[in-house]
Amino acid sequence: MAEKRKAPKGTVKKVLSFIGIYKFRILLSLICAAVSVGATLYIPLLFGNALDVIKENEDFSLEAIAEILIKTFVWITVCSVVTWIMNTVNNKITFYVSRDIRNTAFRKINILPLNYLDTHPTGDTLSRVITDVDQFADGLLMGFTQLFTGLLTILGTLGILFFLNFRIALVVLLLTPVSLFVARFIANHTFDFFKSQSLIRGKQTAIIDETLGNLKTVKAFSKEEDQLHSFDETNSALQKASLNAIFYSSLTNPATRFVNSLVYAATAFVGALAVFSGGGTLTVGLLTSVLSYANQYTKPFNEISSVAAELQNSLACAARVLELIEAEAEVQDKADAVIMEKADGNMEFRDVCFSYDKNQKLIEDFNLSVKNGQKIAIVGPTGCGKTTLINLIMRFYDVDKGGIYLDNTDIRDITRHSLRSNIGMVLQETWIKGGTVAENISIGKPDATREEIFEAAKKAHAHSFIKRLPKAYDTVLSEDGEGLSQGQKQLLCITRVMLALPEILILDEATSSIDVRTEIRIQKAFNTLMENRTSFIVAHRLSTVMGADIILVMKDGKIIEKGNHKELMEKNGFYTELFNSQFAVV
Amino acid sequence: MKNLLVHIKKYKAETVLAPLFKMLEALFELFVPLVVKQIIDTGIANEDVPYILKMCGILAVLALVGLGFSITAQFFAAKAAVGFATSLRHSLFSHIQGLSYTEIDTLGSSKLITRMTSDVNQVQNGINLTLRLLLRSPFVVFGAMIMAFTVDTKAALVFVGTIPVLSIAVFGIMLITMPLYKGVQKKLDAVLSATRQSLTGSRVLRAFCREEHEIREFTEKNSLLANAQLVAGRISALLNPLTLVLINTAIIILIYTGALRVQSGILTQGAVVALYNYMSQILVELIKLANLIISITKAFSSARRIQDVFDTKASMEYPEEGAVPDFNAPAVAFRSVSMKYAASSESSLENISFEIQKGEKIGIIGSTGSGKTTLINLIPRFYDISEGEISLFGNPIKSYSKETLSSLVSVVPQKAALFTGTIRENLLWGNKNASEEDIQKAIEISQSTSVINSKTDGLDEMIEQGGKNLSGGQKQRLTIARALLKNSPILILDDSASALDAATDLALRKAINTMENSPAVFIVSQRTSAVSSCDKILVLEDGEAVGMGTHDSLLQTNEVYREIHASLAQGGVSNG
Repeated sequence: MAEKRKAPKGTVKKVLSFIGIYKFRILLSLICAAVSVGATLYIPLLFGNALDVIKENEDFSLEAIAEILIKTFVWITVCSVVTWIMNTVNNKITFYVSRDIRNTAFRKINILPLNYLDTHPTGDTLSRVITDVDQFADGLLMGFTQLFTGLLTILGTLGILFFLNFRIALVVLLLTPVSLFVARFIANHTFDFFKSQSLIRGKQTAIIDETLGNLKTVKAFSKEEDQLHSFDETNSALQKASLNAIFYSSLTNPATRFVNSLVYAATAFVGALAVFSGGGTLTVGLLTSVLSYANQYTKPFNEISSVAAELQNSLACAARVLELIEAEAEVQDKADAVIMEKADGNMEFRDVCFSYDKNQKLIEDFNLSVKNGQKIAIVGPTGCGKTTLINLIMRFYDVDKGGIYLDNTDIRDITRHSLRSNIGMVLQETWIKGGTVAENISIGKPDATREEIFEAAKKAHAHSFIKRLPKAYDTVLSEDGEGLSQGQKQLLCITRVMLALPEILILDEATSSIDVRTEIRIQKAFNTLMENRTSFIVAHRLSTVMGADIILVMKDGKIIEKGNHKELMEKNGFYTELFNSQFAVV
Repeated sequence: MKNLLVHIKKYKAETVLAPLFKMLEALFELFVPLVVKQIIDTGIANEDVPYILKMCGILAVLALVGLGFSITAQFFAAKAAVGFATSLRHSLFSHIQGLSYTEIDTLGSSKLITRMTSDVNQVQNGINLTLRLLLRSPFVVFGAMIMAFTVDTKAALVFVGTIPVLSIAVFGIMLITMPLYKGVQKKLDAVLSATRQSLTGSRVLRAFCREEHEIREFTEKNSLLANAQLVAGRISALLNPLTLVLINTAIIILIYTGALRVQSGILTQGAVVALYNYMSQILVELIKLANLIISITKAFSSARRIQDVFDTKASMEYPEEGAVPDFNAPAVAFRSVSMKYAASSESSLENISFEIQKGEKIGIIGSTGSGKTTLINLIPRFYDISEGEISLFGNPIKSYSKETLSSLVSVVPQKAALFTGTIRENLLWGNKNASEEDIQKAIEISQSTSVINSKTDGLDEMIEQGGKNLSGGQKQRLTIARALLKNSPILILDDSASALDAATDLALRKAINTMENSPAVFIVSQRTSAVSSCDKILVLEDGEAVGMGTHDSLLQTNEVYREIHASLAQGGVSNG
């Protein structure tokens, strides 16, 4: 399945630091394992002893048997209790370690620079926190429960066998690897079958995806027959491949069982002879014990070999999680950082230089002074990097050179939290949190009363649609805001800011994906919001652009023109061009 | 459930033979303790080396025959399971393709894909394991008990007592843990969703300084998960020790009973060993059975989900002998049409009436959710209406056969979907027998010439799955070309030019005017510029027709139309 992944050096050490907290539990687990293995191996011997007391045509003492059996029962009880303790302790270690790792990883996600989150796909990070931790835990649990006990069992069994009869021990020692060899042989030879099965399965899934994902188109063109035909082609190919893969891989069990049976027969032979010719050490009862060892001897081998693969995979998974955990966090707030209670809203950009990629210059020596209450429109063609400015103002990214000043304080000298509390942001890309509508609105002001929430929603023109939801403000929204239109989600996001009512606003105006009527509503909401507030608006709308105090024209990530509408039109540059093509009445 | 088993009928012989051979294999395993008994009682007692050799030879032969049976059984089981899955997939695929739009909407395509893939695999796996193990394990368990009876009736009673107690322990633990593990899965999902949210919402969360709050919430969910895991784990951790105690206690009783019986001269030492060996066989098989039941439960719930899809029947029926269209009658006529989707409580369209002749162009305009797409989906009869009547070319829409209807109406849907294959193959979806000339014309009209020219292999360029190697605008133009090739007398463009720039859009609309078969054309849009040249424009708002007329008349008389027109959002504004 998973391709072989190697964990970088040092992973084990780091993993140990997570496990090390539970070192007493680990010690306990190891002791329990040793006791449990010892008892498990001792019990068949005791049964053998009991069987030996039984003699046909002879008087034998029932008390002697009873004594042995009572002793056995005590050991059984000890063994069970210890095994249970070991299992529970192992579970605890595993689940706590994975909980700790997840907590650490999650905390990290919240202090990672945005740069990391922007450049790493969400799905990848997510699978590190969920799947990789799970697989690591599985491997860890298996390692604990099977590796150590398996090793002890093998050594213990061999020890006992050599002690009882070295010939039998040799037979077992020499023949057992055959079973492992057979299993390995089958696995190697079925690998190709599995590969071709997954290849064909992939092809079939592609057809299924394509057809069922676009079923309406298929039906509109009456292509059902043709699609079924091409589906059937892969389907019969898959039938062949699956039969091969499933059948040949299912040979492993019968084949290893066969080898085991041969070992059993050979042990029985050598053992039986030893009973009457081996000098008297081996008895019938002990032969029975030996046979039961021979029967179970291959089990720990199989377990250990699967644990080895599992552990390797587990370490590789751990390495992926560690990569996330060890990623560099964003620069911490300075020790003497100012807590900005309530800003006036004067902003200044002084000689700001910034670029995402150090080889590609973006913003250079940018200067801008914004007085409190002014409106700054940012315009430009698609993909011109209008979000860059938002990133800098919110300190999602830090400037490379120069500085951004809020009320004459460099924003790097203000705590991030207090800076951000002064700025409200509505992005075009809406984000809804799984939870009720009210919870979503009060994200920026968790202690808001119901009345305040209603008030904000009314101002944001969101109240009328919210109250029509099944449970109004208590309607539970799913993570992606299922059931809400794009425009409604946007209104919710605006309501959030409306409730928090910060001094500075960053707004990303809606685009054509939202219908006209909702858009008008959103516009009204924006207008209410912007009254007397310093606002940066990514503008798509003529009225916003023309009414702005300063217009920043961006192209290819750079600010190429700056000024008010009149000045820029007089310049007859890129803005004029943009204005004529985009905003001119059709 | 039963209906699914139809697919295994072709493999009747295999489904019988697989468990049968598996049982034969088990039977041979059951002989082993008896042979060992002989070795002890006869071979060792008499110090008879040739006899012991013979008996060990028999053990080897038993193993070999068992191997043979087992391999045969595995083959039949695999063949039946895989054959079953293949046949099931075929009919499921075919069934799904036969569903109407209403059912597709309710079931959802992503669910259907899961049914086709992982659910079918799950069932295949379940059948394979069932054929192999479901009979074998109980057979070994009860076989061991019966063999014990052949050795000694009184000692065998220990088996009669042990088997139910062990079963209760093994299955009881499973029954208790199964719902617990489901709960664990739910808690893991909660942790997953919390993580995803903090990733997708990182900007918003930081903007509102919510990091600490999120971390607290996550820690809480994460602890709930760990606790749930612990509870479930603690109970599963009982399985091993508990069965260990039970089986070994049984052995203790067995040996003691055996000793008594030997003392009274009824049993031999070898017989007691044989009983001991039978007891040991039981545990392994019971645990196998327990694991099997987990797999089978999974397979069952998958099977149930698949059956649900089969139980969903296409809601739409077409007459065998359809009506013949009268091309002099109006192409499309709506009379007081209302439409309510199956899942919704309110009508999506109310009382819509209009007529359009062949050669006319009608624009449909309104905001999202106003019912534009619902309206045009009614014309090819993707959905049936709840009230009123729709006629195409003089006949009620329900009187046409599926084929006739499909030839009358050609739709370019909002979502441009192309399929793996060459561009040409995709275009031929519209008309298998289209000539090269037809194709060229369709390409020209749909403004796709530049798309074809930009590809190294032109028309024979391969389109990757989902049309990944084409831009949105390119895909849209090709889907228009595909629809044009159908040459239907009714052509519907459902906001199909949204990814085109204004110039291409205009050229496209002009080119459509020149089409030789002069179809009735529906143009759906959110922009007034796209519909301004239409013969009539229908303005929709909340599912109702709030205006009908030409661009100029609507501008003068219709408030909604004016509002839409005035909004600058329509002016081709960039998407930042």
